[in-house]
Amino acid sequence: MIKSCLLRRVAVLSLLSFPLFAQAQLRIEISGVGANQIPIAIAKFADEDGAPHSPSNIIRSDLERSGAFRLIDAPEVIADNAPIQAANWKSKGADAIVVGRINKLANGRFELRYRLVDTLRGTELSSFVMTVQPQFLRFGAHKIANDIFYKLTGVPGAFATRIAYIVKAGTENRLEIADSDGESPIAVTRSSEPLISPSWSPDGTKLAYVSFERKKPIIFIQELANSKRIVLADFKGSNSAPAWAPDGKSLAMALSRDGQTQIYLIEADGSNVRRLTNSSGIDTEPRFAPDGQTIYFTSDRNGGPQIFRMNLDGSDVKRVTFNGSYNISPRVSPDGKMLAYISRREGKFQLYILDLTNSQELRLSETGHDESPSFAPNGKYIMYATSTAGRGALAVVSTDGRVRYNLSSKVGNIREPTWGPFTN
Amino acid sequence: MRSSKFFAVLLASVMVLSACSSVQLDKKAPVEDRTGSNAATTSSNDSAKTGAANDGSADSRAGDKNAQNNQNAQNNQNAQNTDPLNDATGMLAKRSVYFDFDSYVVKDEFKPVIEAHSQYLIKNTDRKIVIQGNTDERGGSEYNLALGQKRAEAVRRALNFLGVADSQIEAVSFGKEKPKATGSNEAAWAENRRADIVY
Repeated sequence: MIKSCLLRRVAVLSLLSFPLFAQAQLRIEISGVGANQIPIAIAKFADEDGAPHSPSNIIRSDLERSGAFRLIDAPEVIADNAPIQAANWKSKGADAIVVGRINKLANGRFELRYRLVDTLRGTELSSFVMTVQPQFLRFGAHKIANDIFYKLTGVPGAFATRIAYIVKAGTENRLEIADSDGESPIAVTRSSEPLISPSWSPDGTKLAYVSFERKKPIIFIQELANSKRIVLADFKGSNSAPAWAPDGKSLAMALSRDGQTQIYLIEADGSNVRRLTNSSGIDTEPRFAPDGQTIYFTSDRNGGPQIFRMNLDGSDVKRVTFNGSYNISPRVSPDGKMLAYISRREGKFQLYILDLTNSQELRLSETGHDESPSFAPNGKYIMYATSTAGRGALAVVSTDGRVRYNLSSKVGNIREPTWGPFTN
Repeated sequence: MRSSKFFAVLLASVMVLSACSSVQLDKKAPVEDRTGSNAATTSSNDSAKTGAANDGSADSRAGDKNAQNNQNAQNNQNAQNTDPLNDATGMLAKRSVYFDFDSYVVKDEFKPVIEAHSQYLIKNTDRKIVIQGNTDERGGSEYNLALGQKRAEAVRRALNFLGVADSQIEAVSFGKEKPKATGSNEAAWAENRRADIVY
């Protein structure tokens, strides 16, 4: 127990100790761990001391944060091709050990070699070699963590993914993307006016978002590789809540061009706008189900806001939430079976999850100003915006509520997180 | 009463119009009648008439380019000197409509403000406004954006009902994103449950 606490501190410290990435503002605070953790040892990679990042530290911190692993102390360097004393590691309590090497190549790239060994049988469970540009070294380490997570839990890891969120620092609003652990942040756009509702294209190459830079909410789509952006929707009134269809060809959104806020579809190039809802109240926050056949949305057609579901042509509208008088921000899990949303109960805005197959509801957050839930692409975690000491921070909770951690910033408010898709 | 100044401006523009058509003067008459302090009791019937009067004057201006130019010059001068919008103490200086908690209905106390702006916009068809709806900080950003829109819409519809053309109004929302008052207390929340009229 003491050992694992120490390790946790080591992991947190390691994240803070890269001078090159001093601007990395998100700090991880783990406040809970899961049951039935897999004990694993991750040795220091050979030759990682001269590298800009320590792959073994990144992998350790990924796996520990997931709540599915318990780290066994392995301070020594073990290269990927070194013989493994499996029985020795088994006696230390590790069910598996990770070893590896990092090589700086003549062309400036890095080669990452890794091997995962089952200490119970002494057999290799996985191994691979990859070559990455220096700026993708962290991402490479996350990919190794993905592989370990998948080989040992059977669930795809979501460490090698990116998140997008809005930071407000002073008078500046920034849309940023970062690794799933909040490191290596990059500003996508900056504005003195508010930015909200970032939404990843299904292929992870673009972000749709709402900017108030022209003194009203307008939806933009921006390519991440070259910062090229288009106006998706600038109709009379407010344009907001963009949500990509799973095929990436169209988006659902909320417009007020015909009066009250209603839901519309639009092609990703800004053409062919058609209205989907026709209610006398508010219809907003559309989200496609993963099969692309239905849209979940927030509507106050019955009084307070509740979550509804409809077909793509606007037909067959069905109410989905029934507990509480205020349920907003529906997000469907990647398998389509769960719905995450924010519910106001007794004055607190908290994250809930609803099992759509049996209508079982579970409260997942313990704070009271929670917003903007977003599923990890593997469906096992939900990131959301919370408030600690009056400042916006990002929190992550496992869908069973057992594991939770925060990504907090020392400067600025962080809001509107959205977890990006799996990428290659 | 500052509205007497407004009256004077109107009278001046009516006199310009009278140079080209006495009919115009007759048609305009109901408009100037309603600039008095009893504006709050204006009925929608009057508004409809106002719209007709405006249409008439537009036709007449189209028919006589010189008169139109003269009037524009006069209007510009008025805008610089005595545009009632610039009167810091008049009803038109009031640009905010406040709403009760969880309410999207324009309260009676703001009807004089809406009526003053409707009259100004009906007389100044070249002027456009944006109505910016706002909410307090509680709840989700997108739902609040829609609630702010609901407030902006309530003001837009009220102006529309009084005869202001759709083309002169855009209702938008800032939701909870641009709070005028910061703080998590009832005073700040009340200040932020608001729609602003912006020229």
